[in-house]
Amino acid sequence: MRTMDPRELMVCAAVAVAAGLVGCFAVMRRMTLAADAFSHVALPGIGLALVFKLNPLLGALFALLAGSVLIWAIEGKTRLSTEAITGVIFSVALAVGSFTATGEQLIDALFGAPGNMTGTEAGFALLAALAVSAFVLLQRDRLLLSLISSEVAIASGINIANLQLSFLIAFAVTVALGMRYVGVLLMGSLIIIPATVAKRLARSIDGMLTISIGAALTSTLVGSWIAEMMRCPSGPVIVIIAGGLFFLSLLRP
Amino acid sequence: MSPEIPQHLTTEQASAKGESILEVSHLTVGFDHTVVLQDLSFSVKPGASLAVIGPNGAGKTVLFRALIGAIPYQGTIRWAPGMRFGYVPQKLDIERDLPVTGKDLLRAKLTITGARRDDAFHALERVDLREEMLAQPIGDMSGGQFQRLLVAFALIGKPDVLLLDEPAAGVDAPGQEALTAAIGRLQHEVGVTVLLISHDLSVVYRYASSVLCLARKRSYLGPPQTILTPERLSEAYGTPLSFHFHEDYGP
Repeated sequence: MRTMDPRELMVCAAVAVAAGLVGCFAVMRRMTLAADAFSHVALPGIGLALVFKLNPLLGALFALLAGSVLIWAIEGKTRLSTEAITGVIFSVALAVGSFTATGEQLIDALFGAPGNMTGTEAGFALLAALAVSAFVLLQRDRLLLSLISSEVAIASGINIANLQLSFLIAFAVTVALGMRYVGVLLMGSLIIIPATVAKRLARSIDGMLTISIGAALTSTLVGSWIAEMMRCPSGPVIVIIAGGLFFLSLLRP
Repeated sequence: MSPEIPQHLTTEQASAKGESILEVSHLTVGFDHTVVLQDLSFSVKPGASLAVIGPNGAGKTVLFRALIGAIPYQGTIRWAPGMRFGYVPQKLDIERDLPVTGKDLLRAKLTITGARRDDAFHALERVDLREEMLAQPIGDMSGGQFQRLLVAFALIGKPDVLLLDEPAAGVDAPGQEALTAAIGRLQHEVGVTVLLISHDLSVVYRYASSVLCLARKRSYLGPPQTILTPERLSEAYGTPLSFHFHEDYGP
């Protein structure tokens, strides 16, 4: 049995923490399905990166950031829900992506394939995951108020449009980071399932954030380890474990 | 019948000394092809309590949203510089079934406004809400407790202006009474300016220094005695309506 490279382990844990934190606000904002669909926006970016022989992570990140800005702009203009707009953008992105990425690379992108990570990539991933986590923790009060009532948030001096864009970007970065382990298809679940478990079990915001981080860490670390032993893609194993935690959480009345 | 009050006339306080805390002129708000508010002008003096009444769909909440800059509008809305706002919304954007406690909400407001913890305690005292209540998720609170929490929340950060959008909606009669009394006391003691949307005309009569009655055809502004007349109310609500007040309601 190969033990996981400590560097990889650290990145893996940092991404799980970011996913757990971002997920809490995604779940509370009821953008869960949008979250799932959102991750597919990465696909054309990955495809293009492969065509131009760039790091797929860069391609995914670029596509996701472009997607977030597009969704945010349309939302501001039309008063359509994030969910509806994401639905449109994601289907188009998936269609475009299927042209640009093919074969084994596509399967890796869809289901995750942790491999040897270069030092630069690991460093970048770690920094990005820390930045996302810091954003959610530092802005949690503003995120909470804007979620509860936009009027109250605006009257309290919060710039809702900027906050919304920042959150979508944090979300996009998290999806791009998780791509390597969980894949595009299932990354939405790593963001949503731990937070859903936490929503069921917690009674306060800090409780929810803590439980969500714990559930995301458990599924990611245990999942990667099992996948490594069984020599199979890590994404599905991670998501199945997260799903298991969700069913366990149902035991609580 | 009292003489008609032109729409652009300011309240009786306009003639009083001091600058206005709020000047609204020729305010028009519309969505898509519907005009909700048209050419509305009024002003509010510091420490005044302006009640906004009118039938459903007359644009009361829309007016509040425009006043805090949450929606685009035409015309001008000018607040005195450096105003701090407290807002109690008519309803939340989400269900209350979240793992969020009263404490979480108050802490959020303390952080954002940079207010001291004492502020939260004073606010709770004012609305007569016990601190133990804050430990439970907001979904477990009764309607009355939650509304009082929202008012306490609005009070943190020493607002100069309170915008209350039906703060007593869904609260039982004694709860409404307590809430309204708390707001009245606050105004008396702290001198905060209150803008209040209410369907309870007896509350409006007792607490408002002026009333803005929004209606589709035209809007009226004036002291409660001139606005809360059967003729005005019938015209505004489009149906015969009279409001009987007792002597002891008088100021």
